[in-house]
Amino acid sequence: MALLELRKLGKHFGAIQALIDVDLTLEPGEVLGLMGDNGAGKSTLVRVIAGSYPPSAGEMRFGGESVHFHKPVEARKKGIEVVYQDLALCNNLSAAANVFLGQELKRRVGPFKILDHATMARRAGELFKELKSETRPRDLVRQMSGGQRQAVAIARTRLSNARMVLMDEPTAAISVRQVAEVLDLIRRLRDAGVAVVLISHRMPDVFSVCERVVVMRRGQKVADKAIAHTSPEEVTGLITGAIAAA
Amino acid sequence: MSQEANKSAEANVRIDSILELRTQSAWQQLLGAQSFWVTVALAIMCAVMSYLQPESFATSENFYNITRNFSFIGIMALGQTIVIATGGIDLSVGSIMGLVAVSSGLVLTAGYAWWVAVAVGLFAGFAAGLINGVLIAYVGLSPFVTTLGMLSVARSIAVVLSGNRMLYKFGPGGPMFKYLGGGEVDFGGGIALSFPLLFLIVLTIVMAFVYKMTAWGRHILAIGGNEQAALLTGVPVKTVKVQAYVVSGLAAAVAAILNVGWSGSAINALGTSYELLAISAAVIGGANLMGGEASAFGAFIGAALIFTIRNALLMEGVDSNWQGTFVGAFLIAAVYLGKIRGARRE
Repeated sequence: MALLELRKLGKHFGAIQALIDVDLTLEPGEVLGLMGDNGAGKSTLVRVIAGSYPPSAGEMRFGGESVHFHKPVEARKKGIEVVYQDLALCNNLSAAANVFLGQELKRRVGPFKILDHATMARRAGELFKELKSETRPRDLVRQMSGGQRQAVAIARTRLSNARMVLMDEPTAAISVRQVAEVLDLIRRLRDAGVAVVLISHRMPDVFSVCERVVVMRRGQKVADKAIAHTSPEEVTGLITGAIAAA
Repeated sequence: MSQEANKSAEANVRIDSILELRTQSAWQQLLGAQSFWVTVALAIMCAVMSYLQPESFATSENFYNITRNFSFIGIMALGQTIVIATGGIDLSVGSIMGLVAVSSGLVLTAGYAWWVAVAVGLFAGFAAGLINGVLIAYVGLSPFVTTLGMLSVARSIAVVLSGNRMLYKFGPGGPMFKYLGGGEVDFGGGIALSFPLLFLIVLTIVMAFVYKMTAWGRHILAIGGNEQAALLTGVPVKTVKVQAYVVSGLAAAVAAILNVGWSGSAINALGTSYELLAISAAVIGGANLMGGEASAFGAFIGAALIFTIRNALLMEGVDSNWQGTFVGAFLIAAVYLGKIRGARRE
């Protein structure tokens, strides 16, 4: 059974059609590359799925049931997490504090509920270990590399047992070596049965980690192909419009 | 390529050692804390003054007076630090003191019990803080302008309520109310601590605990660090911000109640320009006006430093009009020190 199913999904902002009749399915543990030029509708699509905007038309099913999200919190409750481009981390807090931000673990001491620093650090350490990342729970995020920051953001999604993670340009602003680290993180998510939607401009990333690629152009889905049956050249053509559809 | 990356990542990870490692040792954390260096400066100043003026500075009476005087500002600075940690500022605390003083004073003059006067005073501080917080968090106005407006409003209401009179003919609630602010605990051996100082000490410990051990304290720092991130991760940003301004208003109310009790009279001008002292104390103690950094001990020690400078200048016979220059210079030096520390961390 498909984890995510979009049928004829549409979104308009006034007279502007941002998404037109988008059909999409995603299986558990599948890594999907979502490509397209600026303004093609990738970000709008992700925001609709994540509950930031309600769709104007069409149906969205998640985990077999029809869903209508009005807020990101509702999508998160169902197991949809977004790793934002700017990562949404607090630089002034530790890695563990960021992983648990808004869902801190507490223990009871007399009438007070106090933060359980030890358990949070241990649990965050376990998540980083699971992701095979060299991130130390007590390090401040401000001192971290781009790859380590990604690990912190992704560890958050593991904590809530997300079933699907939407990643917006996770490799846009980091060094080449860290890109490999982030792609590994995506593979770990896949191995844990999490579906991943990777929005990226970087052809090599999509071709190294995704099983399938969807290309958007002017709000429409123009291609949905297995990576094995396409090539960077074809995808580039689809993005620019040199190839109409495939 | 991906396999190689896998291998190298695995080779670099020594998970067992990771959990043992603390990024900064306790010693490094101490050296990195602004409040530590301010404490050093304070200790040096006290040592020099004790040498220069052994007869007047290094006396238990002078210690008693300085510590009581800075307690009012220290309590306000604790509240101010919370607001600054969220990336905001509260300019209204001085005027809130005036409003609280008059409110409590009127209740006492009307013959009500001391605890009614305390409750009414706390409520006045609570209400002013709540209005600040709601306008800032829910209406989205800038903290600077909103609290500047409240600075004007609260003072004006204080003047109107008091009929521009000094209130000192307190009824039966008077003695107990005065004891709250003017009392002391004698520890023997010439060491007595005033109630305001004891209040400040207790509140500083409570706030240090809140920053370190509670989710609320962490949310305050998270909002100052990256408000958008806090929002996205489900921190109730608006509620926490309102609470920050409410606590700041309550802190000003506590300071005002203690001050009225100590002086035995309520005037509508109480706390005029104290907001600047409270902000200075918070900043000297290491609060970052950009948000995300706060220290309860810093607020305490910042207030202590400011009042020790003033006291030292008086004792050295320096014209009191020079006090502002010295306090201001220390404030700017503190901000500069914070900038250097910030640059080293990045």
